[in-house]
Order: sequence, then C-alpha cells, then structure tokens
Amino acid sequence: MLMENTYAIETKDLSIHYGGFTAVNEVNIKVERRKITAVIGPSGCGKSTLLRAFNRMNDFVPGCHVSGELLMQGQNLYSRNVDPVEVRRRIGMVFQKPNPFPKSIYENIAWGARINGFKGNMNELVEQSLQSAALWDEVKDKLQESAYALSGGQQQRLCIARTIAIQPEIILMDEPASALDPISTLRIEELMQELKKNYTILIVTHNMQQAARASDFTAMMMIDENRSGGVIEFDETKKIFTRPMDKRTEDYVTGRFG
Amino acid sequence: MKRQNDHFPTGDAFYSSLRKRYLTASIWQTAFFSALLIAIIGLTALLYNVADGAFGYVAYEYKKDPATFTSIPVNELTRDDLQAILKENLSSGAYKKLDNEQPMAERSQSDLYTLFLERLVQIDTQATWSMTDSIFHGGEIRAEVAKKYPNATLEFRSWLTPQFLTTPMSSKAEFAGVRTAVLGSLWLVGIAIMFALPVGVGAAVYLQEYAPKNWLTSIIQTNINNLAGVPSIVYGMLGLAVFVRTLEALTSGAAFGVTDSNGRTVLSAGLTMGILVLPLMIINAQEAIKAVPDSLRQAAYGVGATRLQTVWYHVLPNALPGILTGSILAISRTLGETAPLIVVGASTFITVDPESPFSKFTALPIQIYNWTTRPQPEFHSIAAGAIIVLLAMLLTLNATAILLRNRFQRRL
Repeated sequence: MLMENTYAIETKDLSIHYGGFTAVNEVNIKVERRKITAVIGPSGCGKSTLLRAFNRMNDFVPGCHVSGELLMQGQNLYSRNVDPVEVRRRIGMVFQKPNPFPKSIYENIAWGARINGFKGNMNELVEQSLQSAALWDEVKDKLQESAYALSGGQQQRLCIARTIAIQPEIILMDEPASALDPISTLRIEELMQELKKNYTILIVTHNMQQAARASDFTAMMMIDENRSGGVIEFDETKKIFTRPMDKRTEDYVTGRFG
Repeated sequence: MKRQNDHFPTGDAFYSSLRKRYLTASIWQTAFFSALLIAIIGLTALLYNVADGAFGYVAYEYKKDPATFTSIPVNELTRDDLQAILKENLSSGAYKKLDNEQPMAERSQSDLYTLFLERLVQIDTQATWSMTDSIFHGGEIRAEVAKKYPNATLEFRSWLTPQFLTTPMSSKAEFAGVRTAVLGSLWLVGIAIMFALPVGVGAAVYLQEYAPKNWLTSIIQTNINNLAGVPSIVYGMLGLAVFVRTLEALTSGAAFGVTDSNGRTVLSAGLTMGILVLPLMIINAQEAIKAVPDSLRQAAYGVGATRLQTVWYHVLPNALPGILTGSILAISRTLGETAPLIVVGASTFITVDPESPFSKFTALPIQIYNWTTRPQPEFHSIAAGAIIVLLAMLLTLNATAILLRNRFQRRL
C-alpha cells in the first residue's frame, strides 16, 4: 500500500500559460484521497485546462507551459525527472465525449493494459474492469463486437472501464456526462460513488446539481480582470452550496450569475 | 420602424420576378449539363479512337507460298510437322539459336506456327484499315484489295491477342508483343511504390505528429506542395544525374557483383518515379493523418501510451484508407509517365524480360510512343493495342488498391 497521506494530489501556485497569456492563475488545492472533488465555474474559466494539467495532457498543446508545482506524494509531477507517460499511467482520464477506440470492446480494455506491460490474466482484467464500470452484464456476450455499436452512455462507461483497467491512483473526468441523456448521467454518477471506494476522482462539471449531489469537495473557478481563471474558493461541497465565503460563489451556485 | 413589407413585390410582380429566377436557374442547369456532356464526349472519343486503331481489316501477302514448304494445308499442320519444316528450311545456325532460347521440342504448336509464319513464309502486311472503315466500307475495301493486291489475303483482325501480351518486342509488327514492356512497367510501379510508400508515410507522420509548428516546417510544407507540381521531365533530369550517373555503382548493381550493366536500369527509373510521386504520397498521407480525430490520440495518451504507440496502433491504422488513396494516384502516375523514362534511359528495343532491379528495361508508354512514331501503319495498330493493355493494367492496379482500401475501411 502507498504511503497513507490523506491528500492524493495537491497543487502549489500552479499556473498554466499559453504563450504569454496566463489561462489559469496560481491554483492551490489539496485533493483528498478516495473522495470526489468537483471543479465548477462558468464557461471559459479554465476548468478543463486545469484538469488536463493534472495528467500533463496539456503537454500536447503547442505553446502551453506550466509554472508552480503539482505534488503527488511529495513528488512534483512537472519536475524534469518525471516522465509524462508515467504520470498518465498513474492518473487516468475520462473525456467529455465518449471516445472508445475503433476496436472491439475487449480490445478497448486490453490495449491500455497491454502497452503498459500487464502480465496477468487479461480475460480476468477485462471482466473485472467492466464489472467495476457496471457494464459487464450488458456486454459480456459481445466482447468481440465493435465498441462503436454501444450507446453513448455505454461507450462512456467503457471509457471508464478502460481507465480503471490500467489501475490508476486518480481518475480525472472532464464533464463525463455532458454528452449523455439524464438516465445515462445518473448511472455515471452512481458509478462514481462506487469508484470512490478505491479511487480518487477529480471531476469537471457544468451541472451544478451534479456537483452538489455527487462530490465531497468543490473548487469554484472564476476569471479575473485579466481573463485568467483561478480557484476563488475551495471547500467541502456542503459548505460551498450552503454557506459560501465568496459572494461570487454564492451568486453562481444559486443561479444568479454566470 | 417603417413597414418594410411594402417593398417586397406581390401578386403579378412577384410571379414575374419568380419566372425570371427560374429562367436563370434553367440556363445555369443547362450549362452544368453541357459541361458534363463535353467531358463524356471527350472520354468516349478517346476510347473510341483507341479501339478504332486496335481492330480492323488487314491485307497481307505471303512472301513465299506456304505450299512450297509442305503439301499439308496450313491449318492442319501439327506440332511435329512444323518442327520438321523449321528444321529443314531454316539455316542450322538460326535453328540452333532458337533451340537455345527455348528447346524446340518444348515449344507449343502455336509458337512453332508463329515461327513458321515469321521466318519462312514471311507475312508482309500491305495495308490496314481502321475499325470504322472496316465496318462501314467493307465492300469498297474488298474491291480495292482485289484490284491492288491480287495475291493478298484480307482478314478482320484484332491486334490485341493473347499472343500480343506474351511475346516480346519484334521488328515486325505482326509478331511484336508487349510482354517486355508490361513487365518493365510492373517493375517500375513495384520499385516506385516500395520506395515512395514507406518514405512518404514516414515523412507525413513526422510532419504531422512530431514536427513543431514553426517557420521551418511551414517552409518545408510549402515546398512539398510545390514539388507535387514540378514537371516530370525535371525529375527525369534529377534521376539521370543522381541515380544513373552519381550512384551508378549502386544502381547498375556493380556494387553487388553485376557486371554487364550500366546505370540505366529499371532500379534507376523506379527510384526516379518514386521521387516523382513522393510529394503526392506525403500530401495524401498527411491529409489522412490529419483526418484522424484528436479524441482518439487523447484516448491513447490517456491510458499511458507513448507517442509511437499512439501513432502505430491508432493513427496509422485509421489513416490507412487515405494513405492507400495516395498510393492509387501514385500507381497511376508511375504507369503513365513517359518523359522521365526517356531521360533516364529506357530502351526502345529490347526483347529480354527484366529479371532483376539491375536489368535494362522498357515500359508501356515508351513502347507506345516508339510504335506511334514509326511510318508503317501496322505499328500504329499495335500501338493502339498496347494502349488498351496500359488502360487495362491501370484499371486492374487501381481496382486492387480500391478493394484493399474498402477492406480496411470496413474493419473500423
């Protein structure tokens, strides 16, 4: 077992820049282990940019660079001796639009494990991952069929299963339910509650009720006068939605703003 | 606000303006249709022109009467009869030479019959007619032949025969074939694709997936696009300077122990063609790679894939149909190009099959060009036959590439 630190990951003055423009400014949050932390805020405030900084997906954006620290068990994930591939291996990601590989359902799960050198029983891993993502019963008879034949909600759960299969410590979710209907959304939320028993989850959402229902902690983001986004308030979800400290947070969560 | 509604035409004014709009529309529709019609007429004329030359009446005489060699009617001669006749009437040197090329005892009846006609009877074509003339003016042609060439036989002939495909070049049009040229063209396509496909895809992958977006890459990109439009003769000059001359030791095979050759080999020509189609391959592969959705790359990176794993397992398989489209264009170009081959030094008269990359060669377009420049009309007819062969090859190779592409598309 890993060192039992209550925080899975934390940021210290983490800023994200595109060329000379600062998109996200000096974020300081501590994400608790095996909890769901939601990031909320109006469009364009840098929620997704911040989330992508956690597993270094921004490395692929030309001109994007990061200052400050992103600490996982005391290790800065942006330090020179950390390989971004290892970061993504330990911090999995589920994207806004379901994006399964154009392969069979089985291959979708197995590929990530295989390229990461998984040596155990692949069938077992596929079954376990699909079960953890509450998809096994629906697909167990058609594992060799194309993942594209699944519905949007099923595809998204497949993407979650794919992420679980590589056994990450943290799962990032970028508005995972925004492209889904209410029933599929509900299933994803139920699944998140199930997953937090084993994983730390960081989720970006537009949906205020979703954040209030599903998360334990909430980071409220807002853009400042320089159009840079920043976390203006970070606390337990209960507090953010009932007794926010910041007037802007209160306006936003009550729907008077944004 | 003013009532803007009053400014729109109503009633009769509306209908008269509507009629005018419909009139303009129908004029344009006619123009579009005419454009299509012109294209169809052009293509039909092309095909008709080729077919017109490849089939038709031909009047020929025998220089020596077959009856002087045998008493058996010509169409009843057996293999053994023919072999005996050839042995008896050819000079022993000529017979031995033929026997060395392929033992007489192993040759087929039709092969021996061709030799009989070519070497002993010596067919001599007097006149040929196009397909159109042959069909519509048959009577006049028969009368003309009877008057002008009383000893000649008149026959409706297809210059495109199975034999035409399997025999090499000959100085007599009646016995010439495209075998050497077809094989040469296939070698060219093979070498060009083997060079251009991996290099082109590699360059495209580097440009799309690895290269930083800066002024240097954008200059390179612009140059690749421009190179695709450079006249092919320029590539021929390049091939002559680089592959035929500078790299002669390699392209002639001297470095590999081949001694009886110079730089004007099928390898030099194939590589020249490869360079020629390279920009085409790169641009097509780039477009195909660009069309692979970013979400797929992110999915792969998201589960901890390296860049190479992402490219190799996801980007390339999904770009394959587009890459194959580029290959189709490259094949067509390689088959049809003539100018660079002339510069690089394709042989115009060669009867030996290309057997290795270091062989001398000829190609179908070269052969066609060569035949059309001869004064004898029967060579024009076999040139038309060779064009049909070229078109058929083009269709076959393209169809294969398209089938492959559809196969890969369905797998996704």
